[in-house]
Amino acid sequence: MASIVPISQSVGANRIIPTVAIPHPLGNPTLDEKGEKALRRKLVEKALDALHTDVKEQTVF
Amino acid sequence: MAYRVIHYINQFFGGIGGEEKADIAPEVRDGVAGPGMGLAKLLGDKAEIVATIICGDNYCVGNQEEVGKFIVDTLKKYNADALIAGPAFNAGRYGMASGFACSAAAAAGYTTLTGMYPENPGVELYKANTYIVPTTDSAAGMGKALPVMAALFAKILSGEKLGTAEAEGYIERGVRINTFYEEVGAERAVAMLLKKIKGEPFTTEYKMPVFDRVTPRPGVKDLSKATIALVTSGGIVPMGNPDHIAASSARNYGGYEIDGVTDLVSGKYQTAHGGYDQTYANQDPDRVLPVDVLRDLEKEGKIGKLYHTFYTTVGNGTAVGNAKKWGEEIGKQLKDNNVQAVILTST
Repeated sequence: MASIVPISQSVGANRIIPTVAIPHPLGNPTLDEKGEKALRRKLVEKALDALHTDVKEQTVF
Repeated sequence: MAYRVIHYINQFFGGIGGEEKADIAPEVRDGVAGPGMGLAKLLGDKAEIVATIICGDNYCVGNQEEVGKFIVDTLKKYNADALIAGPAFNAGRYGMASGFACSAAAAAGYTTLTGMYPENPGVELYKANTYIVPTTDSAAGMGKALPVMAALFAKILSGEKLGTAEAEGYIERGVRINTFYEEVGAERAVAMLLKKIKGEPFTTEYKMPVFDRVTPRPGVKDLSKATIALVTSGGIVPMGNPDHIAASSARNYGGYEIDGVTDLVSGKYQTAHGGYDQTYANQDPDRVLPVDVLRDLEKEGKIGKLYHTFYTTVGNGTAVGNAKKWGEEIGKQLKDNNVQAVILTST
């Protein structure tokens, strides 16, 4: 889970989840607490989906 | 005066036996054995092979501490100056053993050299510690390998200044050496750029690291039974950064227990990372390491368990070599503790 996808690709990550921003990859300070946690949950669920999925090569989800 | 050299070879080239003898402990014989005969002839009066260590490949790989001590003791006993090993061609364990033998001798201050096929796993492991001459993949290339090994070894022993790996014919070690140029960097950079534009060949002065690739693992079939770990390069640490992970060019990583922690709250956790604005991560460290959400998912049974420890470092100018080493250490700990999947977060 990273904000700069080309870096994840160049270092060889196989399952890549693009995130929000460098200083807060899994949050967004402009949202209220509830909204921010919902956003984080959505991203983590996406990561779990990626972990569950078979991939043959580097994949951006 | 001829330099005194110890030659390290395995059970096969030592004439003891094949795979069935791969478990034999190291032994020393005075003078040359096996490929040492050819090497001795090529080294001529520049260096003398005073003794040969023969060791089973499995034994060496499995008993490194003991074999390393044996090698250094033998070098001392024979009052030797240097160790040459192999060549190992593409024999994996022999390559690892030859690389290790050189590495152990080099750590004790001896000059070392070995030869192997560039794809031998011993190359990746030991190229930084010793000179490795590239060989063919099989012993059919012995006749080609020995003269190159002997010539380079004699040159290194004589203390002659070596050129680049490319010029001298050994495998690049990843060692940087300061050099003075007549022209300043700006002039060299412009000259390089002009060559590039014209489509002419040019040589970089600073090679980018090469990242390895890993075949993707199959997906985790049932996440509701899986233990999942969190690892981050975003620098999230317990308040006060107890292991003093540096804000940039980190020299270590930390592992911190989170049993019973359902939320990373401000004031108890913080970031140690010096490469981004820390405000948001310090306000709510879950923005970098999503412990709160994974606890919810654990409670709901969507995942089996959140692993009891998270691992963390600062990915800010951190040496690739260090990161690789830590990744391997962390991976081993997670594997030994039956973790099925890892979520890595990066800032």
